[in-house]
Amino acid sequence: MLEHKDMVEEIKVIVFRLVDEEYGVEVNQVRSIEKMQSITRVPRTPEFVKGVINLRGVVTPIIELKTRFNLGEEAYTDATRIIIVAVDDMEVGLIVDAANDVIDIPVNSIEQPPAVIGGIKATYLRGVAKLQDRLLIMLNLDKVLSSEEIHAMSAMER
Amino acid sequence: MDMNQYLEMFIEESKEHLQAINDHLLELEQAPQSLDIVNVVFRSAHTLKGMAATMGYENMAHLTHEMENGLDLMRNGKLEVTGDVMDVLFRCVDNLEGQLTAIIESGSDAGVDFQPQVEQLKLLVAGKPLTAAGNGSAQTENVATAEAAGASVGGLDFNEYEATILQQSHQNGFSVYKITIRLTENCLLRAARAYMVYDAYERVGEIIKSEPHVEDLEQEKFDKEFVIVLVSQKEADTLRTIGLGVSEVGEVEVVAVETTSVASAEVAAAAAPAVTVAPEAKNEPQPDKAAAPKQATKAPAQQEGKKMQLGKSVRVDIERLDVLMNLFSELVIDRTRLEQIARDLGNPDLVETVEHMTRVSTDLQNLVMTIRMVPVETVFNRFPRMVRDLARDLNKKIDFVIRGQETELDRTVIDEIGDPLVHLLRNSLDHGLESPDMRKQRGKSEVGRVELVALNSGNHVFIEITDDGNGIDRDKVLKKAMDNGIVDAFAADNMTDAQVFDLLFHSGFSTADKISDVSGRGVGLDVVKTKIESLGGRVVVQSTLGEGTKFSIQLPLTLSILPAMLVQVAEEKYAIPLSSIIETAIIRKEDIKKVHKQAVIDFRGRVVPLLYLEDVFSIPREEKQDLEEENVVIVRKGDKMAAMVVDSFIGQQEVVLKSLGKYLTGGVVAISGATILGDGQVALIMDCNALIQ
Repeated sequence: MLEHKDMVEEIKVIVFRLVDEEYGVEVNQVRSIEKMQSITRVPRTPEFVKGVINLRGVVTPIIELKTRFNLGEEAYTDATRIIIVAVDDMEVGLIVDAANDVIDIPVNSIEQPPAVIGGIKATYLRGVAKLQDRLLIMLNLDKVLSSEEIHAMSAMER
Repeated sequence: MDMNQYLEMFIEESKEHLQAINDHLLELEQAPQSLDIVNVVFRSAHTLKGMAATMGYENMAHLTHEMENGLDLMRNGKLEVTGDVMDVLFRCVDNLEGQLTAIIESGSDAGVDFQPQVEQLKLLVAGKPLTAAGNGSAQTENVATAEAAGASVGGLDFNEYEATILQQSHQNGFSVYKITIRLTENCLLRAARAYMVYDAYERVGEIIKSEPHVEDLEQEKFDKEFVIVLVSQKEADTLRTIGLGVSEVGEVEVVAVETTSVASAEVAAAAAPAVTVAPEAKNEPQPDKAAAPKQATKAPAQQEGKKMQLGKSVRVDIERLDVLMNLFSELVIDRTRLEQIARDLGNPDLVETVEHMTRVSTDLQNLVMTIRMVPVETVFNRFPRMVRDLARDLNKKIDFVIRGQETELDRTVIDEIGDPLVHLLRNSLDHGLESPDMRKQRGKSEVGRVELVALNSGNHVFIEITDDGNGIDRDKVLKKAMDNGIVDAFAADNMTDAQVFDLLFHSGFSTADKISDVSGRGVGLDVVKTKIESLGGRVVVQSTLGEGTKFSIQLPLTLSILPAMLVQVAEEKYAIPLSSIIETAIIRKEDIKKVHKQAVIDFRGRVVPLLYLEDVFSIPREEKQDLEEENVVIVRKGDKMAAMVVDSFIGQQEVVLKSLGKYLTGGVVAISGATILGDGQVALIMDCNALIQ
């Protein structure tokens, strides 16, 4: 049993919560986790772009993930966090309801996602990790943060 | 070995050396007699050769090697500096630049054909006339003779320089001896003995060659025997005794070398290029006794003394400076908070410490800003060469003057300003200056004058390009503008000179009757204007017909810090760059008129559209306000204006321009970036150009 476990490749994942589902992003894509702070609204951008914050001197865009995935209205609590992720040296903050866990999951526990999970298109997902007592929805950040999409959407706003 | 880690350094340094070669060649062209300059060029070429060879760029090494050969002849006075020679050298530099570009792009210099340059250099070195250049001066022939004289005499090979000395010595009544020294079998300090022998012979003559080389002798890299070639007036026997006078020298063999054989070798070889043979010594004044060899020993010392003094510096990636800048603005924000806390607590020690920190950080801020500044020289230094080539192409004589190249600008501006300046310079050279004949007719000097001047003034840098050419013909510009439908006849009558000249910057406008390679396609000046305005600058033309034209470019010192007006609308704060603000005003509600459903106001006799920032940026507001008076900011884009309604003016301050982050870049309309305010909040910077259509 022990030997078997050693052979399985594992990835470290930051677990966060949106409404009542748990999601995961690989830890090497996460720069930091920040508390909720005041956000400067940027006009003429898609609704899910909440604005920008001052992250240690760097102006960083912030996305409301719930709005992005049509998961309902925002309601900030003390548990609300901003996860700063980096994809292709592009840093973006994601607003999540809570972020409080780092776990190792075996790669082979990740399964192909069903076509739609709770309104999130499958393209945004990397898969679903089945653990003993919980389900983790693994996000495909490359797709979630595709800048073509934001450009297309802001073009529509014009 | 993996050279990639050195590639960047190689590219940077090669660029510098090529630039240095270019600059010095231009100097040399002005002062053809200056051997010092040749030396500097030679050293640059030599360094370049070494670097290229180390990095494995054979083509580049090959071409620089050939250049070195040519330059070597020049610095030894055997190759005259003529226009054709300079052309060849310049073409070589161009080719090297091409190779460097190829290396940057594809990592290899193999694709660039450099053979034509090598051929021409070889022709130069061989003293043969360049193809279709007819360069048959006696000097170059001498080169041929000297080169060919690199024959072997008495079992020793002499290069052309040594051969020349041998020949001259012979004519001055000196004898040349080949001395073979054999040390005793049990000699221990061979290098020391060799030095003593060397020293002994130096006192009675000049040693022009040793076999092995003197450095090898010093390092004891020889067996028991070495050979020197000595020029002396002493007899062979005396020389033999001198040699044997050194202890541990076993045998000394002195053989007189027939210098005539050098001469004959020369004649035979020089016959090949089929030019008249004139032994070199006859062309030159007879040197004093043994003067020639002495010169040879002095020359290197002079070179050492004249090595260029380079400032000590380090290369820093511009991104690191940006990071430094970010970190620093963090510090400033914390400083502001600390000041507040210190005031609240009222602890004198704390207040004092915080005050000191404030002073230090202010100094630090100035320093960080100046580090990003680069002298405009980095852009200007490529222009002399360009002007030279252009002048040759256009058959114009041009005196090109650069002043104020030490003026500093932010690196980001420097990177962008090159192309507009090239455009303006080409424009001045092509359209501004008349042909030499025309200038003569008009009583001007044949040589046209173009000045490129940079100067500092307040928060701006001005770059001016002045020529003393034809000037701009107002009527011609107007006619052209009317033909192209840019202005109508009615408007044309009422235009000031400045307005007329400004038409030159209109897109699709060119006054050149003849379209040339250089300029005149009507795409140029409008591009220049757009570019400069995008840098937050302005460009204006002044001109007097028949006397010349002056283009003045006004640029902000830096793009990363700009003075701005902070305004507030509801809960949001925006920064409007001062460069686009004309003024702020308060207007009464009844002064707002409607034209085609667009609110407008009358501002100093002009009808200006009124924009509510609240609507433009869909700023949320708790309850609608209905005011009798509105605060407006009048902004402009070129000649167009707009009035923007805001709640209040917070004040003017210097803001640090930051990008909105890669995710949003390009996706946001009418926002050029963001800045961080003293309280740590982010404020957006408005791009008024995008708001005014």
